[in-house]
Amino acid sequence: MSEHLEVLKTYKIYVGGNFPRTESGRYYKVFDSEGDLLANACLCSRKDVRDAVKTARGAFNGWASRNAYNRGQILYRIAEMLEGRRAEFEKQLSRIGFTKAEAESDVNTSIDRLIYYAGWTDKYQQVFGSVNPVASAHFNFSILEPTGVTGIFAPENSPLLGLVSVIAPVIAGGNVCVVLASQAYPTLSILFAEVLNSSDVPGGVVNILTGKKEELAEHFSSHMDVNALLYTDALNTDMKKMIDENASLNVKRIVKKNIEDWYSDKSQDPYLLLDFQETKTTWHPVGF
Amino acid sequence: MSQTADTKEKPYKPTSPNSKLDFASIWEYDPAPESSDHVEIKDKYELFINGKFVKPSKGRYFKSTNPATNKVLTEFAEATQKDVDSAVKAARKAFEGEWSSISAKSRGKYLFRLARMLQERAREFAVLESMDGGKPIRESRDVDVPLAAAHFFYYAGWADKLDYAFPGKTPEPLGVCGQIIPWNFPLLMLAWKIAPALACGNTVVLKPAETTSLTAMKFAELVKDAGLPDGVVNIITGAGQTGAEIVNHKDIDKIAFTGSTGVGKLIQRSLAGTDKKFTLELGGKGAFIVFEDAAIDQAVEGVINAIFFNQGHVCCAGSRLLVQEGIADLLIRKLKDRMESLIVGDPLDKNTDIGAINSEQQYETINKYLEIGVEEGADVFQCKCSIPDAGYFIRPTLLTNVSQANTVVQEEIFGPVLTIQTFRTADEAIEKANNTPFGLAGGVWTDKGSKIFKVGSELRSGVVWANTYNKFDPTSPFGGYKESGVGREGGLHGLSAYLKLN
Repeated sequence: MSEHLEVLKTYKIYVGGNFPRTESGRYYKVFDSEGDLLANACLCSRKDVRDAVKTARGAFNGWASRNAYNRGQILYRIAEMLEGRRAEFEKQLSRIGFTKAEAESDVNTSIDRLIYYAGWTDKYQQVFGSVNPVASAHFNFSILEPTGVTGIFAPENSPLLGLVSVIAPVIAGGNVCVVLASQAYPTLSILFAEVLNSSDVPGGVVNILTGKKEELAEHFSSHMDVNALLYTDALNTDMKKMIDENASLNVKRIVKKNIEDWYSDKSQDPYLLLDFQETKTTWHPVGF
Repeated sequence: MSQTADTKEKPYKPTSPNSKLDFASIWEYDPAPESSDHVEIKDKYELFINGKFVKPSKGRYFKSTNPATNKVLTEFAEATQKDVDSAVKAARKAFEGEWSSISAKSRGKYLFRLARMLQERAREFAVLESMDGGKPIRESRDVDVPLAAAHFFYYAGWADKLDYAFPGKTPEPLGVCGQIIPWNFPLLMLAWKIAPALACGNTVVLKPAETTSLTAMKFAELVKDAGLPDGVVNIITGAGQTGAEIVNHKDIDKIAFTGSTGVGKLIQRSLAGTDKKFTLELGGKGAFIVFEDAAIDQAVEGVINAIFFNQGHVCCAGSRLLVQEGIADLLIRKLKDRMESLIVGDPLDKNTDIGAINSEQQYETINKYLEIGVEEGADVFQCKCSIPDAGYFIRPTLLTNVSQANTVVQEEIFGPVLTIQTFRTADEAIEKANNTPFGLAGGVWTDKGSKIFKVGSELRSGVVWANTYNKFDPTSPFGGYKESGVGREGGLHGLSAYLKLN
């Protein structure tokens, strides 16, 4: 057998369909379950958040105006790509302490979750929109439209399944997002970015940053062009309050979900998709 | 009225020599005042807590005036921290007690009762609404009060059908809801708040605006008459401080607020770090887009309704006219002609189109914006109509020669003031329409169906009125994108603001 020295992967961030480094030049070390160095991850800055939000905003109209069938196919395509690269994900999960069975299950459920939301893209409008029987000669209907640019703090302890579970409902509904990956396990998120990048998701629809929530939460929550923010981990009281206070600057929608078991069917829910939808009601007169 | 005698002594009547709508120089309208003899206004109103009218703990009252005459109408009690606390306690007790133990069907029947009783006393409520708030009797009679009753009727029917509203979920009430409402549609906003909250099984503590508390206190009488269990509906009066006490009360589960974006942001900030749910229905700066292929005379009527309805005190008012260049001159000319035929004056007169500005404070705010508009270079057109000497009245106003960056284009004026800009392409219209922090409502006027849907889908606003404007219905969800608010009121979607979905 010939000798092969393993080529180590550089983990950068994912913005606008590209893999740049943080503009700050800063890094932090992440370790595997043995305590060995896994990667030098990007320690993103406020400027990275702002660049990512700007990029996401630029992608919003295009993504929101894709038809539902097309968005569904693209979510399905993400699942296909993940299936094709499952070995790499399982290997990475095992390095951070997942058993073989756990890693397999994590990837399986992640794939299924993508398909779950892929199927919702062309149905939620029918289930949750309405035609309203107003008492005047008007045709009146309410449809759902995406809220816009969404900040997401991915779950800290479910670096693949948790990540997929928070991104999928947001983009299935036509939103774009800037995600802050699990701080301790960011490598899975960048692997997932590679999947996104090869699966017809337009650049800028999903942007993934790595770094510290303590540092970046303030910038996510105070950014005037972020319309909504989702987190699912329990945050400390001060950070929670700071996020809420900053949200009032532009009436940001803060969506807090307390989800611990990402394997449960209860963690996939069309109502999570609805949390990032705005109801638009249109009136038109009826007459000759 | 006779055309002959005493022309010198008559007040100045508007005439517009170039107008085709110059009725006023030929005819005069006789006064047609709605009688207010049959309505009773007490000297003083107490707080409505736990099914009883009680004195405020600090014994303080504040005066409420009729903005059309500037005369004192009555006095309202000022609720302070202790009063808020007893209202919340009463609401909590009712929530944990009788209100939760009665059937959903009975809950609904109480709401049906309220709807019917409002209808029975509709004229009284309409007259009071006009006296207290300055809005023309035609509007309070034909819009505010019937819609308020309809709202109760609509949500009454939901009470025992909530299981059908949210597929896959089991709905549960939230608990005690603190509700703070504005002065522009006092009774209607009360209905928007109380009806869905009660239908979903909650109890409420509601505070009307300090300048328009009269119909809310009258409504408290209905609550008694309808026999609702004590504490289910509590209505307490006061100004901002009272509102803050409600927002900050620890035993309230949900805050619902309708009012300005500024106050809404303060409330969102005050709730930071708590688990209270909230819905906010805030300000707007609605764009009214008229394309060249629109039915122009209808569009002119639409503009009149969009900006002068309720003196422009409407969060979803179409306060920015965006008109396609080719028809701008014609449309503006027709609009000015039409404006000259508007009658500004006594809110209780059935001929009146535009009543009194709600308060001295709002009167000053609007005038301040007019000054800013002029300073920033706007040209001002105002109707020549006469306005009464007493009270607060503002002539219908157009501001032209304004740009997107002007204060009067960006900020909510909340008065009968319309800015006018032009555009060439649909994209430009959409860009301008969306270029404010607000996103409550917008209008599209065109004869082309596909254009309506395209422009409608590009507008970032919660309501789109196509070839119509300022229409409301209890079945129709209402609420804003962006800084115009969070959540919806009305329709099935309005239920989710008052339910936990398990």
